[in-house]
Amino acid sequence: MATDTGVLTRRAIKVTGWRLFIMTVIGRSYPRVVGLLRERSWFFFDIFLPVLGVSSYVFVYRAIQAPEVYVGFVVMGGAMTAFWLNVLWSMGSQLYWEKESGNLGLYIMAPNSLMAILLGMALGGLFATLQRALVITIIGMLVFGVDFQVTSYLQLFAVFSLTMVALYGMGMMTSSIFLLLGREAWHISNLAQEPIYLASGFYFPLRSLNFWVAAGASIVPLSLGLDAMRQLVFPAGSFPPFLAVPTEIGILAVLSVVFLAGAKLLLDKMERLAIAEGRLTESRR
Amino acid sequence: MQQAIFTKKLSRIYKLRGGKKTEPKELIALKDVDLEVKQGELFGLLGPNGAGKTTLIKILTTLLAPSSGEAWVAGHNLSTDPDRVRPLINMVSGGESSGYGLLTVRENLWMFAQFYGIPSQVANQRIKDLLEVVGLGDRLNTKSSDLSTGLRQKMNIVRGFLTDPEVLFLDEPTLGLDVGASRDVRRFIRSWVDQNEGKTLLLTTHYMVEADELCDRVAIINNGQVLACDTPARLKRDLQKDAIFRMEVSPLNGAGAGVFERLSGVRKVTHEAKDGSSTLEFILAEEDALGAVVNTMTQQDIHILNLQKREPTLEDVFVSLTGKSMAEVEKSGD
Repeated sequence: MATDTGVLTRRAIKVTGWRLFIMTVIGRSYPRVVGLLRERSWFFFDIFLPVLGVSSYVFVYRAIQAPEVYVGFVVMGGAMTAFWLNVLWSMGSQLYWEKESGNLGLYIMAPNSLMAILLGMALGGLFATLQRALVITIIGMLVFGVDFQVTSYLQLFAVFSLTMVALYGMGMMTSSIFLLLGREAWHISNLAQEPIYLASGFYFPLRSLNFWVAAGASIVPLSLGLDAMRQLVFPAGSFPPFLAVPTEIGILAVLSVVFLAGAKLLLDKMERLAIAEGRLTESRR
Repeated sequence: MQQAIFTKKLSRIYKLRGGKKTEPKELIALKDVDLEVKQGELFGLLGPNGAGKTTLIKILTTLLAPSSGEAWVAGHNLSTDPDRVRPLINMVSGGESSGYGLLTVRENLWMFAQFYGIPSQVANQRIKDLLEVVGLGDRLNTKSSDLSTGLRQKMNIVRGFLTDPEVLFLDEPTLGLDVGASRDVRRFIRSWVDQNEGKTLLLTTHYMVEADELCDRVAIINNGQVLACDTPARLKRDLQKDAIFRMEVSPLNGAGAGVFERLSGVRKVTHEAKDGSSTLEFILAEEDALGAVVNTMTQQDIHILNLQKREPTLEDVFVSLTGKSMAEVEKSGD
């Protein structure tokens, strides 16, 4: 082992402030983006298997001769499911896995903000999941002949963007709770996975639920996001909308702000609590 | 000289969950620890597993709050100013599996460099140079999941030095490494401190040789308390006037080491049984006491297979302070 090179004495230049924040975001999103390219098994687990699930609903709707627009609902729901699963397993419970691998301590000890780490995780996850959602949508269009008739690209972009901000903001908020949790994190994610398929109307119009149930389900941004996106890509009158698109955009904007601000507040509080209780590096004492 | 680390009556008590009602509900991991590490020192924390070394490091690296007491690192109070401490420190633990297996060695190190605000160009050059220094230059593009334990630990060591910290914490850095890799890591650590005036390194270990060979000063810690703190030479000097003998003898056959402890001139005895023989280590107030020891062995029908007189080590210092060897403490869980 050589020990006489200049690197031991050369000082490292470091930046701080907002540049450090951005570098942290990029740094933490990198493994997720690269993972997409290096772990090809995702194509089977994240594309092929969800498409099978989507197909079963398509066959049910076709067997009962439901309007063809419902096939489109299912394909769109199947694509958006990828984001929910990503938020649940790769945002919410991710900090539990980071704790187990020893990364969490290093994240906290570094001079960056934990919000930047979570934002990096969110953006990396969003990028990777977007590819999956697009592939599912394209397969749905090709295999089941789904026809999307976009009435306003601007509104569609706004709805999708706000839904993602609110959804990943919610994921960042729940992440902070997982700072304190041990293995029970796994069970909580499991518990949250299935009911949302019903409550958010992944495979049917949200309005099919009782109004108040649908209103309650709107706390999960995907519910309103899906309803608004369906209104924007399928012909008017082909299904009962829950709320008008501008109203849903407004609510999604509010949810985005609430979840991001909540994430920041909760993260600070939970980090302090985890440091006080010794939970950052150990699951339980 | 300025202090790099200063602690004042630092304590940490863990509240235990579950367990039987009769069991204690609290675990005292650290008790009233006063410590002063000077800037530029390579300071060792020596103690058995469970002594409180890692708890102390976690507090000093802002990962754990003390139950009471105060601590300063690089001139900043840990309780009130953790955000000022963090840019100035880094930590590497033995056997850690940080980073992501699907990333290469370079990518993992680059990612951690981003968290410290080191621009990519600077980071990549430092990574390349540091990997060369630790002999990992040819593994730059190897996935970290494909590295052996020793190579992975070298990568972790590079992660610690990459950010050019003012105070670096190494928690059992050679844990699980083979002899060659441990020697490499120790040499690298020593060079870094020698070549960087003002940089401080706190190292925890339960390897006596490591502490003896590397550290400017050593604190011996057991049961959450610092028992002694000085240079290895001075710690051992107090035992120089004692005579230390290591004996390999036939099995004690139930006699136990206690019979020797009662003899005049015998300060401490440790006993380890293995493979049909026993190893006894005696710290004697004077060499003359050996006669009484040998006589007692003869009376007990214990045969001496090997007898060595040797210089005191930090292990002897630990025994003289606690009455037990580190192995005995770890086995008994005290």
